[in-house]
Amino acid sequence: MSAGTIRAWTLWPMLWKEFAQLRRDRFTLAMMVGIPAIQLLLFGYAIQTEVRHIRTLVLDESKTPESRALIAVLTNTGDFDIVGSVASRVEIADQIGRGAAQAAVVIPPGFMADLRSGRTAQAQVIVDAADPLASGAAMSGAARAAAARAAQLGARAGAPPVPLEVRVRPWYNPGLRTAVYIVPGIIGVLLSMTMVMITSMAVVRERERGTLEQLIVTPIDKTALMLGKLIPFLVIGYVQMSLVLILGRILFDVPVRGSLLLLYGVTVAFIVANLGLGLLVSTVVTSQTQAMQLSFFFLMPNILLSGFMFPREAMPVPAQWFGDLLPLTYYLRILRGILLKGAGGAQLWPDGLALVGFAVILVALSVRRFSKTVD
Amino acid sequence: MTSVPVSPSLPSSPAPPRPLAVRTVALRKVFGELVAVAGLDLEIREGEVFGLLGPNGSGKTTTIRMLCGLLLPSAGDATVVGLDVRTEPEAIRRRIGYMSQRFGLYDDLTVAENLHFYGWVYGLRGAALTARSAEVLAELGLTEAAPQLAGTLSGGWKQRLALACAIAHRPAMLFLDEPTAGVDPASRRLFWRWIYALAKQGTTILVTTHYMDEAERCERLAFLSRGHLIALGTAAEVLRQFGQPTIEDVFIELQRRDEGAIV
Repeated sequence: MSAGTIRAWTLWPMLWKEFAQLRRDRFTLAMMVGIPAIQLLLFGYAIQTEVRHIRTLVLDESKTPESRALIAVLTNTGDFDIVGSVASRVEIADQIGRGAAQAAVVIPPGFMADLRSGRTAQAQVIVDAADPLASGAAMSGAARAAAARAAQLGARAGAPPVPLEVRVRPWYNPGLRTAVYIVPGIIGVLLSMTMVMITSMAVVRERERGTLEQLIVTPIDKTALMLGKLIPFLVIGYVQMSLVLILGRILFDVPVRGSLLLLYGVTVAFIVANLGLGLLVSTVVTSQTQAMQLSFFFLMPNILLSGFMFPREAMPVPAQWFGDLLPLTYYLRILRGILLKGAGGAQLWPDGLALVGFAVILVALSVRRFSKTVD
Repeated sequence: MTSVPVSPSLPSSPAPPRPLAVRTVALRKVFGELVAVAGLDLEIREGEVFGLLGPNGSGKTTTIRMLCGLLLPSAGDATVVGLDVRTEPEAIRRRIGYMSQRFGLYDDLTVAENLHFYGWVYGLRGAALTARSAEVLAELGLTEAAPQLAGTLSGGWKQRLALACAIAHRPAMLFLDEPTAGVDPASRRLFWRWIYALAKQGTTILVTTHYMDEAERCERLAFLSRGHLIALGTAAEVLRQFGQPTIEDVFIELQRRDEGAIV
């Protein structure tokens, strides 16, 4: 608009006002702390993509000490809960078909004889593959059980090990615990959601209440006005992030293997990108309800396509492209890289650069769109 | 649609003509198909209490918003306190105060905090800000309400606070858009006492109102109807022009014409 002087100092009264309001806004403050805690508990405890306690049937046609020992080992892995014995494969098909069980262990009649004679002893695990997570867990659990049993037998006999070779070597998360993988992601999802929603709603609220009109007839600088709205939320974002890190540490034993300083530094770009997006939302919508709806609409692809819950590698290529448009996709790699793998700037700079790009573009766009006139 | 030229000898204005605080030339605002203001020519002198009247939708608020830099004119020109609304809106903002129809202050800040914030935004700070805040609070009888949250004030007190925030920076010109809507008579009377006091100190006042007694308190009036200026002058002059006994009758006559035009 005008080529007047930049009144950067107007940021100070704006910040003073925002913090004064925030201090009184008990509800928002409660949400700041409550949402991270609830999300952490919800996602951390409820989303267990590692499946344990698979309801399992036993068809023991061998009925020997060896077969019973194998079942005991399977049970000990914690992956399998034996829920019953059956006498035939027909029964297995029936129970799995009804959903009464998800897996069955079949030990053939010749099991002990094979073991004793050094031939490869085979037991079968039948899995309901309709649930790929459960079946994956069952397969790896069975493999581990077989390997464990083979090792026991080999050690006892002092002979060459029983011919069973299974390698499961999970990196970074040996226990295959989902929480370790999920919790860093929660930081990203949480920041995306709260930052976009809070910012868009805060600006729209000023417009709805008529306070924005009163504010823009003052000589306040447009950029100062927007920064004044954003900076308090940046602080809130950091509080939320720290809270999840601390709770994640206490409750889920999530490690911090890399530099926290680096993480907090890169996070500025991510938060600012989301705040910019929130401002952009606020320039499009006309009511707080719309702002909320649009923010939630934005949340879904973030959860589904960023790699937060489902590995991006498994997605169809167009979905991956879409995921590339989300700041969260890059931030998740940074979060997991720093927290779980101890990665540093050398490995993560491309993702960091992408975030800076998002931040610059989104804030520039929203400042452009946000006009100091009301029409 | 004839606009009456500014009368050369206003009974209420002193002999040497004061400089212009507002000047609009063919000022126009269009929203899509709707012509909100259809080429307005207005001149308001410094220190004048000028009333902008007209039925709802006649273009009063749109005019004020253009003069305050909240809306860009679609055509025509306007200067406020000698500055162009198109090219110098920020400089204008520093020299004007504005009270909108709706209470535009922060309900979740106290009276003192609202005033502190607005004074600061307009460039007051430190001891000057503290002193001026105390002064304005005292002037408008708000000192005791200072620690109260603005949201808990009643209508009349909110309006006082809005006035306080609008004048803290001693603006050269004050825009009041239906400032007394929904306010009790006693508060309105008090409000107008402050308006006159400000005008006496040289502040130009542009006020829109629906209240007839308030219209009669203005030095000059402009009547708008459907975006056009249809009468201009002192209250007595306007009455003569319309051949009506009271301003209220002028209003009703206008409304009748508007509705006739629509049908």
